[in-house]
Amino acid sequence: MAKGWKDLPIGGMILEAGNSAQYNTGAWRAFRPVRDASRCTNCMFCWVFCPDSSIRVKDEKMVGFDLLHCKGCGICANVCPVKCIEMHDEAEFGGSMEMVDEPGRAGGAK
Amino acid sequence: MSEFKALDGTGAVAEAMRQINPDVVAAYPITPQTAIVQTFSEFVADGLVDTEFITVESEHSALSACVGASAAGARVMTATSSAGLAFMWEILYVAASNRLPIVMTNVNRALSAPINIHCDHSDSMGARDAGWIHLFCENAQEAYDTVIQAVRIAEHPDVLLPVMVLFDGFITSHAEERVEIFDDAKVKAFVGEYRPKHSLLNLDHPVTYGPLDFTDYYFEHKRQQAEAMRHAPKVILEVAEEFAKTFGRKYGFFETYRLDDAEVAVVVSSSTAGTARAAVDKLRAQGAKVGLLKPRAFRPFPAQEMVAALRHVKAVGVMDRAISFGSMGNAGPLFLELAAAMKIYDATVPMADFVFGLGGRDIVPSQIEGVFHDLLQIAKTGKATDLVSYVGVRE
Repeated sequence: MAKGWKDLPIGGMILEAGNSAQYNTGAWRAFRPVRDASRCTNCMFCWVFCPDSSIRVKDEKMVGFDLLHCKGCGICANVCPVKCIEMHDEAEFGGSMEMVDEPGRAGGAK
Repeated sequence: MSEFKALDGTGAVAEAMRQINPDVVAAYPITPQTAIVQTFSEFVADGLVDTEFITVESEHSALSACVGASAAGARVMTATSSAGLAFMWEILYVAASNRLPIVMTNVNRALSAPINIHCDHSDSMGARDAGWIHLFCENAQEAYDTVIQAVRIAEHPDVLLPVMVLFDGFITSHAEERVEIFDDAKVKAFVGEYRPKHSLLNLDHPVTYGPLDFTDYYFEHKRQQAEAMRHAPKVILEVAEEFAKTFGRKYGFFETYRLDDAEVAVVVSSSTAGTARAAVDKLRAQGAKVGLLKPRAFRPFPAQEMVAALRHVKAVGVMDRAISFGSMGNAGPLFLELAAAMKIYDATVPMADFVFGLGGRDIVPSQIEGVFHDLLQIAKTGKATDLVSYVGVRE
């Protein structure tokens, strides 16, 4: 439950820096990126170009998408040199806007 | 020690600003701007203040610069008038909604068209819902005194709202009067130092002002603004009381004159209240029981207090120096607000609105006496024949 008017900082002031991570912009998404991990070369183009820092990387490997913040702009799919990222209609995922950021589930459609 | 000087309203306000020594003043210097910032800029050039004086390319930019400086943690003041205020419109809301305690004097003048920069209240009355505190002043002394108080009201932690100090164009702004200018040190001590709780330039704890605020939070922030305005009356009175203790002159939400035993009352703000006082004295000398209520605080509107002061009379005439076009009877804002308050707080008094002085049209004592005679007639019959009359317009 979001805070009521008595508990919020006045004037919409944001008192702590770095809070944009708390704002789940992924809720706006109409298209979800889906990666074919078997073809991914881990070139990191998607990581460089993603405007929302939503490419998850572990041990120098691309491991999935931060779907809590990915707005579905499709830049990653566009810049991918091996075209292993496709944009899918969010509705294909059962109309669910559940936010997941596990690599296995991010590409789990179809 | 106080000094008594011959100053016009703009000079008196510039003196107050010199003594307050704000961190930042941003202003646009061309008509309808008044001599307030011109005189103040001389103080800046002469090194009498520490103020960063920002000259900008418009009033929209002037208030925008004030907003930025205030968010940065500065004590900020500016001045405008007429079309200048109108051009600030968008930023008036930004200043109030960001809860920035900017103090601005607005010399009340007409809005075009046809082109006119003489006195009426159309400018600030149009801005009455923007979230600023509005304090009307009768003369140069009140303007000087109120600017000093406005700083304290605006910056009070329970309020944190911008304040507009209003006085009549030319009549007060450009006419010389005897004005008491307090000792610099006393004014400095009274306004104190501004210590904002949050500011952009606090490097240890940076904050964000004015972020995106959509369907999920905006409503809560508007509710907070209403609460701040609800706290303002108490603070206005507290500051007035401290001012009276320090400097000797008393202020409140409004001033009454020979109202306690009056049968009819005129409600009129600013310089016309002075003219009305003379009319009251003349009619009283003739045996007519007439009185005056001069509003000072228009935002927040002291509804209950005004009704309590007027409840006993048999007719109330409001004199509006603005028209709320298309409102009930094309009445003025002061009438509409007071009429609603009288009804809500169960004062059954016949009321009429008298629109006057638009575009600087003179209002003379005999015309106000005429208003009182109309009111005495209304008191006799118990009913106003005209909801709105126009005093001084050629038929």
